[in-house]
Amino acid sequence: MTKVEKTRSLAPRPFIRSMGRFAPVIFLVALMVTFAILEPRFLSSINLFNVMRQISITGLVAIGMTFVILTAGIDLSVGSLLALAGLAAAIVAKGGVESRFSVGAAAEAAGYGWLLAMLVAMAVGLLGGWLQGTAITRLKVPPFVVTLGGLSVFRGAALLIAGGGPISGFEPDYVWWGQGRIGPFPVPVILFLLFAAIAHVVLTYTRFGRNVYAVGGNVEAARLAGLPVRRVLVSVYVIVGLFAGLAGFVLSARLNSSEAVAGIGYELTVIAAVVIGGTSLFGGTGSVVGTVIGSILIGVLINGLVLMNVSSYVQQIIIGVIIVLAVAFDQFAKSR
Amino acid sequence: MSRTLLRMTGIAKQFPGVQALAGVAFDVEEGEVHGLLGENGAGKSTLLKIISGALQPDAGTIEFDGSTLALTTPEAALALGIVTIYQEFNLVPSLTVAENVFLGREPVTGPFVSWKTMRRDTRALAVRYGLDLPANRLVRNLSVAQQQMVEIARALSVRSRLIIMDEPTSALSDTESQRLFAIMRDLRRDGISTIFVTHRLSEVLQICDRVTVLRDGRISGKAATAGLTVDSIIRMMVGRSAAELFEPLPARSPGSAILTVRGLSRRGAVDDPRAVLLDEINFELRRGEILGIAGLIGSGRTELARCLFGADPKTAGDTIIADEVVAITTPEHAISHGIGLVPEDRKQQALFLDLAVRENLSIAALSKLSRFGFVKLRAEQALVRNYRESLNIRMASDEQSVKNLSGGNQQKVVLARWLALGPRILIVDEPTRGIDVGAKAEVHQLLHRMATSGIAIIAISSELPEVLAISDRILTMRAGRITGEVSRASASEEILMHLMTMGKAEAA
Repeated sequence: MTKVEKTRSLAPRPFIRSMGRFAPVIFLVALMVTFAILEPRFLSSINLFNVMRQISITGLVAIGMTFVILTAGIDLSVGSLLALAGLAAAIVAKGGVESRFSVGAAAEAAGYGWLLAMLVAMAVGLLGGWLQGTAITRLKVPPFVVTLGGLSVFRGAALLIAGGGPISGFEPDYVWWGQGRIGPFPVPVILFLLFAAIAHVVLTYTRFGRNVYAVGGNVEAARLAGLPVRRVLVSVYVIVGLFAGLAGFVLSARLNSSEAVAGIGYELTVIAAVVIGGTSLFGGTGSVVGTVIGSILIGVLINGLVLMNVSSYVQQIIIGVIIVLAVAFDQFAKSR
Repeated sequence: MSRTLLRMTGIAKQFPGVQALAGVAFDVEEGEVHGLLGENGAGKSTLLKIISGALQPDAGTIEFDGSTLALTTPEAALALGIVTIYQEFNLVPSLTVAENVFLGREPVTGPFVSWKTMRRDTRALAVRYGLDLPANRLVRNLSVAQQQMVEIARALSVRSRLIIMDEPTSALSDTESQRLFAIMRDLRRDGISTIFVTHRLSEVLQICDRVTVLRDGRISGKAATAGLTVDSIIRMMVGRSAAELFEPLPARSPGSAILTVRGLSRRGAVDDPRAVLLDEINFELRRGEILGIAGLIGSGRTELARCLFGADPKTAGDTIIADEVVAITTPEHAISHGIGLVPEDRKQQALFLDLAVRENLSIAALSKLSRFGFVKLRAEQALVRNYRESLNIRMASDEQSVKNLSGGNQQKVVLARWLALGPRILIVDEPTRGIDVGAKAEVHQLLHRMATSGIAIIAISSELPEVLAISDRILTMRAGRITGEVSRASASEEILMHLMTMGKAEAA
């Protein structure tokens, strides 16, 4: 019997630790109660699903961004890479740039199907992430600068291949990834939560996850402990690239259209979600659970403000203030 | 007769667990170069910090220029003309020499900085003391010796009365040191006093008028340099046997050679590409042996450890492990050849302070503890439990953050990290720095047990009693070279100190 007790006392605690920072949760609950009181429509299931669907795309990217920020890095290029990947998916689905304006039956006949489109989108993301990760580790250029360059390069490439207009009208199987449901649950929401769970498992239970925390916590100690620091760093940029690619595909499916100007400014929402969720910009501490909560928090905030007819300009101001307050709180908690 | 500029009496200072200074009387005369000597931990730094206003004494009086006063802040000391030049320079690399010399005291005309005055005054200082200082060069592009000159110029620009130099020569070559001594003589001529801290005893005899020696927080000797020899100074500094401090470990019987190093050299530091960090290092390490390495700061002892481990690149030389020449260019290679390194700075170089004890302990051994990339938590917890018991690591739980452990227990976690890999060779750099006496003895016992089990250990320490207590054999280093090898039986602090400070050439 003592054996059972011992096993329990030694049970894995990473989950508890990742939940340990309760501040974002408390803030989220407080926000939801406030909106529920001020605006009864807020709590309707339709509205709550709406919130989840709205955050799912930036949320997917935020999962990948969590890996990057845990290593004390940053990726500003995600919005541009997402647009480029979405366009690549659309072109593949259409069977080429020439048939971009064709809608309906013709497109279905010429296209290669959603699976190939999704894989191509993720391949574009992977390649973009790998290039940036390699530039960061080999050329020793800071991540901020490399991905600021990426932000411009990928957007330019997207504009170049799009040739000005959107690519619209996909077959139903493609569109299902953005607009479909499984039971009552929108597909993007399921993707978001599924990948969040996978990422959480990777970060807390795998060797790679440990290495991410170690490299972010103390890169010199990681090197002297024999960890493959360079490989870990390249990997996190590949991961965020993969997520940007997947999100680009899902967004094009949801809008039934891909355009070069998709995802402008997403990097801010994504980084905000990660930081509000308690992941330190200095690396080494944080979790995907926090990022999910941070994403939901931003979604709830915007949704509540919309319901209360607050102008979108004011929304931007409020979100900016909240980002600063979240980090200030983090610093305060650390200093105690 | 010259007047007394600074007179300190009955100075005491206590830190948690340590009486750093007790009843210290210290005085400096106007226009003298006064050597302040003592081993690491003797209390020199504490005394200097009190003089420069950075620390407050618990008891005692300070008289400066005839009046009793309290030096409550560094600014107060500076206002009196007490200037400190620290070992690590306080320079802004991205500014010019002139800007650094006048940092915070820029000459102005109206609201504007007067660049002309600033440059002119810097040149005037340089000419007066024969400093080699291009006023418009960026400090970043200067050699270490030149940066030292900038610090001195800054000290001179504030009309100083007393300049404290804390080991200014440790990073300088012999010719550069001679230049510094010429400047110190000029200062003496101008009636400015200097407190000179150094470990190089031949320099003491060369430049100092008088010396004060500290040992264990008390004055153990004061004398005019004229009647002193290196031997008499060492006797004042040491004065007790190693056995009084550390229980010597039982004898071991080392086996065959596991590591041979031939002609290992490393050139080029970050700030000086021509610097010779390691020069033709040759030695052999045997299985089950603890090889001590003794040397002062800057002697190349840490560079040797990092080079062997692949943390820094070598310029030339061979590393032979078990009769096989191996190429080690990264720590990963070193580990794959069975080498481990416990670095000198635990917090900066070894620990992941935000992570738990468990994660810190297992990080290097995860490949053994995972299946399909997943860490086997049971196996990991068993490993931690195992070392927690065998090394007596005192902690509330495996999940405790490692930053909340004491220094001694943190060091045991780092040692356990390497033990978990089953190393053949373990390099420990300052294995007991910053940990209390009880834990030091435990770490020593641990090293002995590891050596007895067949691991070859290279132990670097700046505490001579420690080196003497744990080593089978001791190498001494100075200026990137090995200057001597002494067996356990014939070693003493005096002999080591000689080899570390004088080197072969001067000793001969």
